[in-house]
Order: sequence, then C-alpha cells, then structure tokens
Amino acid sequence: MAEIRNYTINFGPQHPAAHGVLRLVLELDGEVIVRADPHIGLLHRGTEKLAETRTWLQNVPYLDRLDYVSMMCNEHAYVLAVEKLLGVEVPLRAQYIRVMMDEVTRILNHLLNIGTHALDIGAMTMVLYTFREREDLMDVYEAVSGARLHAAYYRPGGVYRDLPDRMPQYVENKFKNAETVKRLNEARQGSLLDFLEDFTERFPTYVDEYETLLTDNRIWKQRTVGVGVVSPERALALGFTGPMLRGSGVEWDLRRKQPYEVYDRMEFDVPVGVNGDCYDRYLVRIEEMRQANRIVRQCIDWLRKNPGPVITDNHKVAPPPREKMKTGMEDLIHHFKLFTEGMHVPPGEAYAAIEHPKGEFGVYAISDGGNKPYRIKLRSPGFAHLAATDELAKGHMIADATAIIGTIDLVLGDTDR
Amino acid sequence: MSAKLEALCQNLQNVLGDRIVSLKTVIGEVTLEVAATHYIETARILRDHPDLRFEQLIDLTGVDYSAYGDGAWEGPCFAAVCHLSSLSKNWRLRLRVFAPDDGFPVLPSVFSLWNSANWYEREAFDLFGIHFEGHPDLRRILTDYGFVGHPFRKDFPISGHVEMRYDPDQRRVVYQPVSIEPREVTPRVIREDSYGDVGHG
Repeated sequence: MAEIRNYTINFGPQHPAAHGVLRLVLELDGEVIVRADPHIGLLHRGTEKLAETRTWLQNVPYLDRLDYVSMMCNEHAYVLAVEKLLGVEVPLRAQYIRVMMDEVTRILNHLLNIGTHALDIGAMTMVLYTFREREDLMDVYEAVSGARLHAAYYRPGGVYRDLPDRMPQYVENKFKNAETVKRLNEARQGSLLDFLEDFTERFPTYVDEYETLLTDNRIWKQRTVGVGVVSPERALALGFTGPMLRGSGVEWDLRRKQPYEVYDRMEFDVPVGVNGDCYDRYLVRIEEMRQANRIVRQCIDWLRKNPGPVITDNHKVAPPPREKMKTGMEDLIHHFKLFTEGMHVPPGEAYAAIEHPKGEFGVYAISDGGNKPYRIKLRSPGFAHLAATDELAKGHMIADATAIIGTIDLVLGDTDR
Repeated sequence: MSAKLEALCQNLQNVLGDRIVSLKTVIGEVTLEVAATHYIETARILRDHPDLRFEQLIDLTGVDYSAYGDGAWEGPCFAAVCHLSSLSKNWRLRLRVFAPDDGFPVLPSVFSLWNSANWYEREAFDLFGIHFEGHPDLRRILTDYGFVGHPFRKDFPISGHVEMRYDPDQRRVVYQPVSIEPREVTPRVIREDSYGDVGHG
C-alpha cells in the first residue's frame, strides 16, 4: 500500500490573499491544515532602530508607514507617548481633531478590511462599494494634511494645522465632463467639516448596503460562521485586543476603559460578539463603523462651536507660527533649534496605548534625555494576532486559511515594523 | 498618584515582599523590577493572585542599555521588559528583568504563563540575542533567513554589515560587505539638565 504522508505548501510571500508579503507554510493532511507556520519579516524595515537615529519629531512620518491603512492612529500613540514624557498639555481643540481623525481612520480601516476580506473569499462586489467611501475619506485626509496616505498630521503638542475652510475641488478633464464634475463637487462647496458632516449623513445608508450584501448572504455565512473560533480565555492568553477580543465576547475597549484625549466626553457603544468566529468579528467591525460615525458627528458639532489653538504654544516642543518666526528673534531661534537639533525629552520611559482599529497599538518610548529616542518599541496588534494563526487555522480546510488571514485584519507593514 | 495606582503598589508590596528589586511609579505608570531568578515565580503570582490578576501579556521587548546616557550606564545591559494588563482590575504594570550575563544573556521564558509571549520572545531573541530558556520554538522571526548578528544591539551599525546584490556572473544573489558610508545628519546630544527644558518654554 502506498505510504500516505502530509505535504507542505507555501502560501505566499506573493499571494493576492496574503494582504502583503506574508509567507505561510502550511502542512496539510489532504485538504485539512495540520500546522500553519507564518514566516514574517519580509517587510521588516527596522523602524525601531531607525527611530533611534532620528530626532523625536523626525520620527512621526515613520509611524505612518507601519500600518499604512490607519496612518493617523499610529501617529497618535507615538505623540501620546512623547507628550507623556514631556508633560505638555494639548489644546482641547487638537484633542477633538485627533479623536475625529482617529474615528475617520477607523472607518477607513474597517472599510478596507471588510472589502478585501469579502474579496478574498469570493464576494467581488464588496470591495467596489467600500472603496467608493474610502475615496471620500481619503479626500478628508488630503484636505487636512496634504497627503492621502502618509499624513504626518499629529505632532507632539497638538496637530500640525487647523482644519481647512475649503475642500479641494475636482476639475474638468477628458475623463470627467462638466456634469460629472459638478455632481462630484456638490458636497465640496463648504469647509472640511461640512463635507465630513455630509458624509456622516450618507454613511449609515452605505453601511446598510454592505449589510445587505453580506450579513445574510448564505455564501458569506458559510465561509465565516464557525471558522477561526477563539474562546474568551484563549483570546486573553494569546494577547488579542480590539475587534479580535471583542468578537470573542470580552467587552474591552481602551476608549471606554482607559480613556485618552476626549473619549470620556463621547457617547458611543462598544459592540461585542458571542461566538468568537470570523462572522462575529465581521459584525463587530460593521457596528464599530456605525459607532465611529456617531463619534465623528459629535466631534464636528463641538469643533464648529469652539475655535482655538490646535498646537501647544510651548515653542520648545512645537514650532512658532510662520509669521512670528519671520519677525521675532526668539521665535527664529526656537524654530531653528527645533528643526535642527530637535527637542530634548526628559529621561524616563512611557508606554502609551490607543484603541487602534486593529486592536491595542502601543508605543513604549525610552529617553535618556537626548534629542533622539533611546529606544522605541512599537506594540502592533497584528503581531499578536498573526502569532495565533496556527491555533486559529488548525483543523480547518485550506480554503479557510484566507478567511482567517482576512479576519485578523492583517497589514504586514505593522506586523513586521 | 491616583488611588488606583496606590492600591496596585500596595498589593504588589504585600504579595511580592522581598522579591521586589525596585518598585516605582513615574508619570502614572508602575514599573516593577525583579531579579532573573525570581522572574517566573513573580510572573505566575502576577497572573494568578486575586489582588493582581494580570491576565494579558500585552508586550514583551528586549532593551539594550549599554549606551544609555552616553555610557553612563552601570550594571547589566540586556533587559526584557513586559507590559502587563489586567482586564478585571483595569490596571497596567511594566515588569523589567535584567539578564545577569552580558556575554550570553539568558532569561526564563514566560510562554507557559502567557501564550502571547511566543512571538515576542522570538523577536527579542532575534533582535537582541536574549535567549529564553524553555521557549518551545526559539527561531529568528524578523530578520532574513541565515542572518548573522542581532541588529537592535547598540553595537550593531544602522547600515548593517552586509549588503545583497544580484551577481550576473554567478547568476545568483550574493552578499558582500556594505559599500555605504555611515552618515549622521543630526548628531545625538544630551544637554545639561536645564537646557531646552520644556518647563522653561
């Protein structure tokens, strides 16, 4: 009789469902996964080591490049850690802007996750819908920071600049005629806040559309219900955070439990799952988008009524305004020192964690009093989640591997750092 | 210090007693330091004791202190720093343990207590060369297959030691010593205490 043995296949590093450069070594018994061994590090750029050779301020853009679908949230944890070490106060308006942009980022992230997750397991249409809305939010990113992806908008002490009074407009070209351009520009006549408010009015209907496509979809349920089940105890032991933990029924949200910025003034609900499978995590993410939308609306209301400074006036930390720098001697010195030598952060260590769309994103910063960090450790949520792939995938069919990678909400930039 | 942190410190004092090397609360964060010999024992107590209940290991990282404060550091260089979180008590703790031998840093593994330590310890091993005794699968994780050295140690240059290119003659990828010069645009400086002090802004 022929000898039967398991065979091993390579999934990735270049695979459309691997969400980046993930190499997954799968040991199979027929079609059943016996062992899954993810090989990561193909996108390792040594961000933490690089950060040791850059000043505290120069490091901000590196954070964007970690989880490149939720850029501002990464920056947020970093600036919180630096502010903690410095002991600077952030103006209230800046805190509201940060919370608003964090929630915009959460919607961006979940849209990408749900769209591509559905795409991976066979629902082509979803990605077309979610990317339509992502486009609007990308425009928000571009309007506030000048960049669609790598914003570098949060700075220690506040945010780089106030929200813009007008939105960029589409112009006519050979692909877009006057009528199309007029329709596209309709919501863009006012300020950024007007545009965003218009979006938040439209968005709940969009989420209903996604739910129509997926929530009761028989194929979607067959692919996700009962796949990758994690019990609450195992989720804790494996270091799960964010939707991965809440999907298992543990009510734990840093925005609620350890509020930072102005989250304690916000009204929102924290959705939790019941079964801890891919489907419950999908439902948690859908509901989180609705709640994020609610928070954005509350921030818009407050921001409309309360103008004010958006960055600290401590010029050892934040640069003085441009006009003052051109006219005042002391401001010129501050500006020069800040952008050449950089700020000096008092010796000590701090860990700042935020509720990133994917889970708990933490920055552990050690300073020895220099103008550069002594060590930065980035705690990315995806790293802990991916480490559990073996446990999640064991005993499932090979086709479920993509469902599990999708539900982890994997971005290799953030896992590999 | 808030009442909550005070309660946590008090509980730690009561439960751990003389296993504590140092216990500090700075900017609202509690840092506990223990000796490597008491590491596992302490970790177990931290997880299981009803007054502490740290169910989650959020993060574990290596730190190389050898260049701290421009050479002002005394004592062992390599440390593992754990960030623990308790969901039931809603508090956090930083646990630091130094590896006694700088030449061959060894620490016990906490994998059996918190399974999330698996990849974190592999990472600390890969980047800092800290060996975790009792870890089931201590392989490199982030660096390339066949990588030599531990890149996050302070004596490892930022540009690395080798670079990779395709050699058309041998028709394969070859490694060779790096050809780039190290360059530092902004030098690292530590000024005296009052210089550029944020408080004087």
